Amino acid sequence: MTSTTEQPGARSSTTTLLRFATAGSVDDGKSTLVGRLLHDSKSVLVDQLEAVREFSHGRGQEAPDLALLTDGLRAEREQGITIDVAYRYFATPRRRFILADTPGHVQYTRNMVTGASTAELTVILVDARNGVVEQTRRHAALAALLRVPHVVLAVNKMDLVGFARPVFAAIAEEFTAYATKLGVPAVTAIPISALTGDNVVEPSAAMDWYGGPTVLEHLEAVPESRPPAGGPCADGGPAGPTRFPVQYVIRPQTAEHPDYRGYAGQIAAGVLRVGEEIAVLPAGRTSKVAGIDLLGRSVEVAWAPQSVTLLLEDDIDVSRGDIIVPADDAPVATRNVEATVCQVADSPLTVGRRVLLKHTTRTVKAIVEDIPSRLTLDDLTQHPAPERLVANDIGRVVIRTAEPVALDSYARSRRTGSFLLIDPADGATLAAGMAGDAFTGSGAADAPAPGAPGPGGAADEGWDF
Amino acid sequence: MTTSAATVRERTASPASPYALSHLDALESESVHIFREVAGEFERPVVLFSGGKDSVVMLHLALKAFAPAAVPFSLLHVDTGHNFPEVLAYRDRVVARHGLRLHVASVQEYIDRGELRERPDGTRNPLQTVPLTEAIRHHRFDAVFGGGRRDEEKARAKERVFSLRDAFSQWDPRRQRPELWNLYNGRHAPGEHVRVFPLSNWTELDVWQYVRREHIELPGIYFAHEREVFRRSGMWLTAGGWGGPKPSETVERRLIRYRTVGDMSCTGAVDSHAATPDAVIEEIAASRLTERGATRADDKLSEAAMEDRKREGYF
Repeated sequence: MTSTTEQPGARSSTTTLLRFATAGSVDDGKSTLVGRLLHDSKSVLVDQLEAVREFSHGRGQEAPDLALLTDGLRAEREQGITIDVAYRYFATPRRRFILADTPGHVQYTRNMVTGASTAELTVILVDARNGVVEQTRRHAALAALLRVPHVVLAVNKMDLVGFARPVFAAIAEEFTAYATKLGVPAVTAIPISALTGDNVVEPSAAMDWYGGPTVLEHLEAVPESRPPAGGPCADGGPAGPTRFPVQYVIRPQTAEHPDYRGYAGQIAAGVLRVGEEIAVLPAGRTSKVAGIDLLGRSVEVAWAPQSVTLLLEDDIDVSRGDIIVPADDAPVATRNVEATVCQVADSPLTVGRRVLLKHTTRTVKAIVEDIPSRLTLDDLTQHPAPERLVANDIGRVVIRTAEPVALDSYARSRRTGSFLLIDPADGATLAAGMAGDAFTGSGAADAPAPGAPGPGGAADEGWDF
Repeated sequence: MTTSAATVRERTASPASPYALSHLDALESESVHIFREVAGEFERPVVLFSGGKDSVVMLHLALKAFAPAAVPFSLLHVDTGHNFPEVLAYRDRVVARHGLRLHVASVQEYIDRGELRERPDGTRNPLQTVPLTEAIRHHRFDAVFGGGRRDEEKARAKERVFSLRDAFSQWDPRRQRPELWNLYNGRHAPGEHVRVFPLSNWTELDVWQYVRREHIELPGIYFAHEREVFRRSGMWLTAGGWGGPKPSETVERRLIRYRTVGDMSCTGAVDSHAATPDAVIEEIAASRLTERGATRADDKLSEAAMEDRKREGYF
C-alpha cells in the first residue's frame, strides 16, 4: 500500500459519468427522444435495431418504432406501455451517461421520484403545440422537490409549429418563471424535434435563431455533482456538511494486520482529510482521522462519492449505522422527524402506522405520528389533514423514531436528508422521505422571489448535495 | 442570432470540477458500496462465480471492498458440465490464490440422477436454474451476487440492484421495489432471498476498461487464439464432447476469441485478432453488434427468452 498525497482533480482527466432522468407524458415524445439520443449517439447496435425492426414489422408498422428500444418486458411490448423505470447506457467521447427512463403516465409520481432520486439532471418534455400544461407543472414540482440540480426543458415537436421562435420563447419564459418560483436553480430550454432529430444530437438547420446547445451537447457540458461541500471554497464550492455513514467495520485479525480496525463506507457528502477532528453520531464521541484507505491506496484527502475506509486515532466504539461528521459541523440527532414523503407502495400510509425508517446505513423502528397535509402537485396547495397517503401521494409527515437519527435537511444534503419507510411485516418499501421543508420556498403561491433567502439558507447557494 | 455548432460547443463547455471522479472511479465506488451494504445487512451472502469477465471483476471489487481483510463471502459456480476447461482451471486457480470457499452446483449431476433432462437442442444454459435455486435453498443463502449488467439485455435493463426473489427464486418485474437514492432495501422473509447486481450500471466497455486499468487476469479464451470451431446458427461454436459438430457441420481452425463465457453449446466465438485488453477495447468500440447478440444462442430462442428465464429464477 503506497501513500500518496492525492489532490482533487488528479484523476479527472478521463471521461466522467452523468446520471439523468427523463420526464414527460406519453404523447410528448419521450420514448422518441430517448430512442433518438441512443440512435444518433450510435449507441444502438445493429442486432438491437434489427430486433426492433422485425418486431415493428410483425405488428404491421412501417418504420422501426424507436420506443421499442426502451420497452423490454413482454407486457410492455404487448400493451405498448412502459411499466417501470428502466436504465439506459450510452457514451460519447466526453462522457458516459446513465439514463433513468421513467414511464410518463401510469403511476407517474413514484416512478419519477425513483428516477430523479439519483439524477443530476432531468429533461422535462413539453409538446410545443400545447405549451406548459398541468403535467409539466407536476414534473417541475417533482424535480424541485427532489432537488435535481439541473433541469432541461425540451420543447418538442417544433416541426409542428413551423420551428417558430416566438412559440418556443413563450413556453420557455412561462416554464422558467414557474420553476424559479419553486426554487429550481437553473433551467436550460432547448427547442427540439425528437422525430426529425433537430437539436437532439445535431444542431437544427431549421432553427438557426437558436444559439444554444443541442440536448446532447448540454448533457456533455453540464457540470457534474457540485464540488463537495465542506471543502475549501477556493473552487467556488458551497459550504456544507461532510457526512460519512459507517457501512461495515473491517477487522482482518490476521498476523499481518493484528490491530487494523477500519470503518468502511461511501462518503455521502463533502471532503474528509487525515488529521481532521470528527464526531461519531448518534453517540457523539470524538476522535481524529488517522488515515484514509481509498480501496488499497492510502490517501490524505477523499471526497463524495468515494468509497473509502477510515482509520481513527482512538479506539472508540463505532459500528454500522453510525455517521462520522466533522466535530464542528454535526447534524442534530433527533427522534422527531418532520419530512415530505412520496408514498410508493400500494398500501396506504396512515397515522399511527408502525414502520421502519432506513436512513443511510441505519434502520430504526418508527411510528407515523401525524400527516399534517397532502400536497396537490398541480397547484402546489396543501390539503390539510388527509389522514392517509395512498400510492403516488406526496405529503408532510411527522415521524417519531425509537432511537435518534442524525438527519440533515434534504435541502442541505440529498444523501443524508433522504430516507425510506419500510413495512416491518413484509419488508416492502412504503415511502421515499425527504427531511425538512419541501421546497426552497414554502410553495409556489407565496414562494420568495429569486434571491430572497429561503428556509434552507441563502437562496443563491442553490442546492448542494 | 446565428451561432455555429462549433461556437456552441465551446461556449457550453465548462471545466470539470476538481472533485470530479472518472466514470470508472464512480462505478467502482458504487459497486464497493453495494458489496459492503450486503456484508452489513445479510447473514449468508454468496457470489456467483463462473470465471467469466463480469464475475472476475465482481470478485476483484469484493477483494478491494474488504481489504486488508478477506472477502466475507463464499463463491458458487453453477457448472453446466459443458464449460471451457481453460475457464475451470482459471476458476480453481483464483479460488486457491485468494483462499476462498467454492460451492459447485452441477447440472451434469442432475442429469445423471435423472432430475433434469437434456434439451433436444443440446443447450444447457436454461438447465442451470434448478441447480442454482436448489443450491441457494440448501445453503440458505440470503443474498446472491450476480454479475448481470443492465446493458446486456432489455429484460435486465429493468432489473433492480437489489432484486427480491421468492422462495422459488422467481422474479416478478411488476412487483419490484422502487430503488431510491442509494438506499437499498434488503428486507426479505425467511426462505426469500435477494439477488444483488453490483455491476448493474457497468457496460461491456466499462468492464474491459476496468480490466485494463486494474491489470485483472482473465481466462485466455477472451483473447484471440486458434481453435477448432464449426458454424451453427451464424456463430462459431467450439467442437467438443458436448455434442458438436453434427455430421452436416464441418470443423475448421480459426483465429477467434470469446466475448462472453458460458455453456459451450450456446456461447459463440467471434473472429478476432485482439490479443490484449487494449486490442479488445478497440474491437468492442468498433463493433456493431452487442455482446449477447454476437455470441449467445440462448437469447435468440425467443423475443423474451431472458425475461422468461429470469422469472423462473435464472440470474
